[in-house]
Amino acid sequence: MEAIWEYRDLIFIKGGLLTVEVAVYSLILATIFGLLGSWAKLSKNKVARAGADGYTTIIRGIPDLVLMLLIFFQGQILLNRFGESTGLWTFVEIDPMTAGVFTIAFIMGAYYTETFRGAFLSIPSGQIEAATACGMSRPLIFRRIIWPQLVRYALPSFTNNWLVQLKTTALVSLIGLQDIVYNANAIGRKLREPFTFLFAALVFFLFLTAVSEIALRLLERRYSAGIRRA
Amino acid sequence: MADAAQISPIQDFIVSAIFDYTVVVDNYETFLIGIWNTITLVALSLLFGGLLAVPLAVFRAERHPIFSPLIWCYTYLFRGTPLLIQTFLIYYGLGQFEVIRDSFAWPVLREAYWCALIAFSLNSAAYQTEIFRGAIEATPFGEVEAAKASGMSRLTMMRRIILPSAFRRALPAYSNEVIFMLHGSVIASTVTVVDILGAGRTVNAKYYIYLEGFLAAAILYLTLVFLISRGFKLWEKHWHAHLRPRSAASPAE
Repeated sequence: MEAIWEYRDLIFIKGGLLTVEVAVYSLILATIFGLLGSWAKLSKNKVARAGADGYTTIIRGIPDLVLMLLIFFQGQILLNRFGESTGLWTFVEIDPMTAGVFTIAFIMGAYYTETFRGAFLSIPSGQIEAATACGMSRPLIFRRIIWPQLVRYALPSFTNNWLVQLKTTALVSLIGLQDIVYNANAIGRKLREPFTFLFAALVFFLFLTAVSEIALRLLERRYSAGIRRA
Repeated sequence: MADAAQISPIQDFIVSAIFDYTVVVDNYETFLIGIWNTITLVALSLLFGGLLAVPLAVFRAERHPIFSPLIWCYTYLFRGTPLLIQTFLIYYGLGQFEVIRDSFAWPVLREAYWCALIAFSLNSAAYQTEIFRGAIEATPFGEVEAAKASGMSRLTMMRRIILPSAFRRALPAYSNEVIFMLHGSVIASTVTVVDILGAGRTVNAKYYIYLEGFLAAAILYLTLVFLISRGFKLWEKHWHAHLRPRSAASPAE
């Protein structure tokens, strides 16, 4: 225990903060991917629909770590070869942070796509017709009619996805990012107390899970104001 | 003559992006080992997880005053933390304790494969417990009432009425759990087990390449996921045959 207290800065402050950073950045990006994906899936354009279907099928079929390694290693090579052969850019380096955030967002985007698609479909089309009949513009319909209900319908599945995403961030330690898992593992081995340090990392994740569960439950309550529950 | 052999930069890019399948074909044995390890790991951890989960789910659903909160803690701990850390804790962590190093279990706990199997089983048991609990709690009250009225004991009722109908209800969620377990099983490669991803890594390391091994692994996982979801669709059709709407066109046999 004293050992953990001694290294608290490196593990909880530096490593823990990095974990939270990766999770939050990838959440923002994944939400954007999800909204775009669900929009493509529901659009009348056949190409967009096929593209989004392919995206969700392939992503949900391949394990996250495999995709992360593919993007981190091969993505960089391809990007550089492409820049080299077209002369558009010289050497670029994808740092582990970008690769990690992007991959997690790309993977989770497929799951958020389904979340938002389901939520869009739960909004009765009569309401949108009524709003149009009242002369609302499309942005106004989105802001006043669609968004508040979208959040309400999407929240339960969003919560599940977020909890999965939070746990997925532990994988960035495998591509060299010094997050809480990486630091706990490294220090634990050095001091020959791997269990103690890894357990501290475990508790940290448990804490993040518990906090997000409580926060999202409060949000759910807020957005379902005015809904009667059986 | 010189420019006949010259390749345009775009061609060079396309060639460099092409998958050299001979690397995979030459090392098919490594991939076969990987497939075998992945499949056995997933199947065994689902089996052991399931065996553990059924009694736990029954205690949870019955709201046993002592066990239910304890089981809740267990499922919360395993569902709320990354499988990566759980596997590391068992493989790297347990060696810290002299009691374990001296115990009879050490030959097992020293092996990466068994450690991964233990971690996956405990993890899967936590998820399966919650799946089965939900399914048991969703048993229509009428079924239980009818069973009670027929004079069944609680054990008989559980065995004959509640569990069979709960398993059917759990099937869609269970197929997701199988696919999640397959996805999660790649963690085994981080503790030196040669699963499908491990085979990919081995091949990559042998030739100093990145694409072929990982892409081959990705395709293999994609195929497995496809087969599993197909299999479950068929199984669901079989088990839920009584729920399918009967069509007038094909008279019942």
